[in-house]
Amino acid sequence: MRDVAIIGKGVTKFGELWDKSFRQLITETGAKAILEAGVSGTEIDALYIGSMGSGRFIGQEHIGALVADCSGFSHLHIPSTRVESACASGGLAVRQGYFSVASGINDIVVVGGIEKMTDVVGTEATSTLATVADQEWEAFFGATFPGLYAMIATKHMKDYGTTREQLAQVAVKNHANGALNPNAQFKREISLDAVINAPPVAYPLGMLDCSPVSDGAATVILCAAEKAKKYVDNPVKIIASGQASDTLALHGRREICTFDSTVYAAKMAYKQANLKPKDIDVAEVHDCFTIAEILAIEDLGFVKKGEGGKAIENKITTLDGEIPVNTSGGLKAKGHPIGATGVAQIAEIVAQIQGKADKRQIKNAKIGLTHNIGGTGASCVVHILEAM
Amino acid sequence: MKRVGIVSYGVHIPRFRIKSADIAVAWGKDPQTIANGLGIIEKSVPSLDQDVATISVEAARAALSRCNINPQDIGAVYVGSESHPYAVKPTGTIVGEAIGATPGLMVADYEFACKAGTAAIQSCMSMVRAEMITYGLAIGADTSQASPGDALEYAASAGGAAFIIGKDKIIATINDTYSFTTDTPDFWRREGRKYPAHGGRFTGAPAYFRHITSSANYLMERVGTKPDDYTYAVFHQPNGKFPLKVAKILGFSKEQVQQGLLCPMIGNTYSGASMVGLASVLDVAKPGDRVFLTSYGSGAGSDSFDITVTEQISEFSRKKAPLVSQFMENKEYIDYSTYAKYRDLLYWE
Amino acid sequence: MENRAVPRFWREIPQRYSIIGNQCGACKKFYFPPRESCPYCRRKSIDKMETKKLKGKGKVVTYSIVHDAPDQFEGQAPYPIAIIELDEGPHLTAQIVDCNVDDIKIGMKVESTFRKIQEDGYMGAIYYGYKFKPVG
Repeated sequence: MRDVAIIGKGVTKFGELWDKSFRQLITETGAKAILEAGVSGTEIDALYIGSMGSGRFIGQEHIGALVADCSGFSHLHIPSTRVESACASGGLAVRQGYFSVASGINDIVVVGGIEKMTDVVGTEATSTLATVADQEWEAFFGATFPGLYAMIATKHMKDYGTTREQLAQVAVKNHANGALNPNAQFKREISLDAVINAPPVAYPLGMLDCSPVSDGAATVILCAAEKAKKYVDNPVKIIASGQASDTLALHGRREICTFDSTVYAAKMAYKQANLKPKDIDVAEVHDCFTIAEILAIEDLGFVKKGEGGKAIENKITTLDGEIPVNTSGGLKAKGHPIGATGVAQIAEIVAQIQGKADKRQIKNAKIGLTHNIGGTGASCVVHILEAM
Repeated sequence: MKRVGIVSYGVHIPRFRIKSADIAVAWGKDPQTIANGLGIIEKSVPSLDQDVATISVEAARAALSRCNINPQDIGAVYVGSESHPYAVKPTGTIVGEAIGATPGLMVADYEFACKAGTAAIQSCMSMVRAEMITYGLAIGADTSQASPGDALEYAASAGGAAFIIGKDKIIATINDTYSFTTDTPDFWRREGRKYPAHGGRFTGAPAYFRHITSSANYLMERVGTKPDDYTYAVFHQPNGKFPLKVAKILGFSKEQVQQGLLCPMIGNTYSGASMVGLASVLDVAKPGDRVFLTSYGSGAGSDSFDITVTEQISEFSRKKAPLVSQFMENKEYIDYSTYAKYRDLLYWE
Repeated sequence: MENRAVPRFWREIPQRYSIIGNQCGACKKFYFPPRESCPYCRRKSIDKMETKKLKGKGKVVTYSIVHDAPDQFEGQAPYPIAIIELDEGPHLTAQIVDCNVDDIKIGMKVESTFRKIQEDGYMGAIYYGYKFKPVG
């Protein structure tokens, strides 16, 4: 197994991009990443694409072939693979690309993530998003995707005393960060009151506790670390990759308020990197809902179980906190085009480590972590990145 | 002739209620006049997730919980209603599946306006007597619809009762039954239409009263009884007034009718009406009590039953399922706009 | 006009109508919905899973009130949804009915009731199944 580095990245604006089609989005980020990496098309060995729901969102499957085609690689006949793991599709695509380079099979691969969610009406988008839950035993009976996370919030509030204000604070922080991110879907700050008084979606969560429906794409270029400096001066190494699964339905879990998939994926990654949670300088975690970020910082080991709410309240995870979380604005403010998210998280951490995060830059970002969740925690992918 | 009768029974009445006064106000009528004229204070309303199938299943499960029979020994399920969830696809199969009586089971759905359920009782009686089946399950249930603003809107309500008919361990013997039937168009609903139509005052004397009195008198004469011989009498109850009036015409007292008269507080549960009334009587009946039941279904016909409560009722586990009185007390009021939403009066896509 | 696969939901009628699960013959753990084999006993449980009708009684593990509902449930919103732990052990997700939303508590005892879950539009099939109501 050899080391793998990231030599290029590209992220589109996230949002309701009426003018951009699925095909346009993926080529836009692909081009950005390739230009940054300075690789030539003929040097690319394979494509990995994370995309969750293209079949329902745009009525199109066979995404691997489609992306290779749009990217202009069809005449080179390079292998192209679509990866799906609900909202962790992007992170899992990165992991697949990582394996193929680490194993020596490929030298340079392009990993993209994309979702085009606004070509269908809102209710169709939410019901497609809900297919990440258990269709037969959760969704069928009336559980919505926010409803499932809301149930986690209810229990977390009962078991650990987490407050409505602490949940809301996650959204406030992420919007403050998003306001500094030129690609974010929402570039405005919001107040605690606004979050608490927003229209209810599923008690105790309201509209501003939930990440939006978004279009967007992100791409990273992976390269064998031993060859990376041939292309760029500041490659960033993937020093660990972890993945885990759990029961599809939330009700099947060992513990409602802990995502064992996060715990195990993180354990795998920390072990590979020989690091502990306190060694992480910055993290992009999966805040599809405010409660999800609270769970994430607990399950990744940044704080003890049950203390996620207090941590947010004590501003431990702000840009100048002990462990800045979601400097990009997170899924909440940056946007959540499902398949793109996992790859965009990698791009943000790479930017932080390279010192290229502009107004969102944190000091001394040497080691960063990405955390990408599928559904209500049925799958999880964690990566740890370090400056080379 | 072998003794055939009721082995067990169960009831289900949805929780929501709307006051007739609130319906009256919605249509610009005087609440007091309406309540007094019809003798209806409030009626039951099904929630969006309740229909004749759910009510029938709950009533059937209640009946089963009170006795020890193996559902596989139920040989027939007949559900009578005028608001079956499907026009084609029987409610009876849903019930059969939900109580574990399938697959060796005879099933059909019945329709005869408000007496579809008692017709089902008659069928089960004959099949049990003929030894074709060990037990038969007869259900009368409705979530009846009335045209908004029409007089029937005050009464059309939701509820049902299930009766297990058999020969062994019967809590009440059905001594005899008779039906008086004519082709009388007093109330009907055309195929594909949502609401019924009716003949106004024509639904009184030539319809309700003629059929109930004719059927009742014929049966009492055949069986050799007089109204005084009965502890209880149950009549179909389209409003709070008709049953009292027909009782008087026949010679029954108000006291005999009281226990089985539920319409003032739950409205007319159509196919459920007489059967829920009978269940209310059985909730309190003692061994030896004699019960006279006459249902009425528009179109038109009446089924009369002469019933004697047996000793077995002392060992009957009534408490295993809620009594009619408990359903009467378990209620939550809704306003007309919520009612309109639940009863699908506002068509939306 | 939706036309969802009727067989997919027909197959699950015993589960939705009567909460029929199964029990591992080896370790005696209950499962709902029924499993082909026990995840813990694995090959030891093959051909040893016994069909079992669960009692339908349990308690609320956690809940939410859904305000933003998908089309099939729109008229019912807001409605409570809960994770319920059945007495025999398995957990399931279901709506809570016959209860004021303010009265729902974690730990509340509930029992199953037979209700209409959803329908495939005005012309499609009607799907019945379990919801839960407070006991007593």
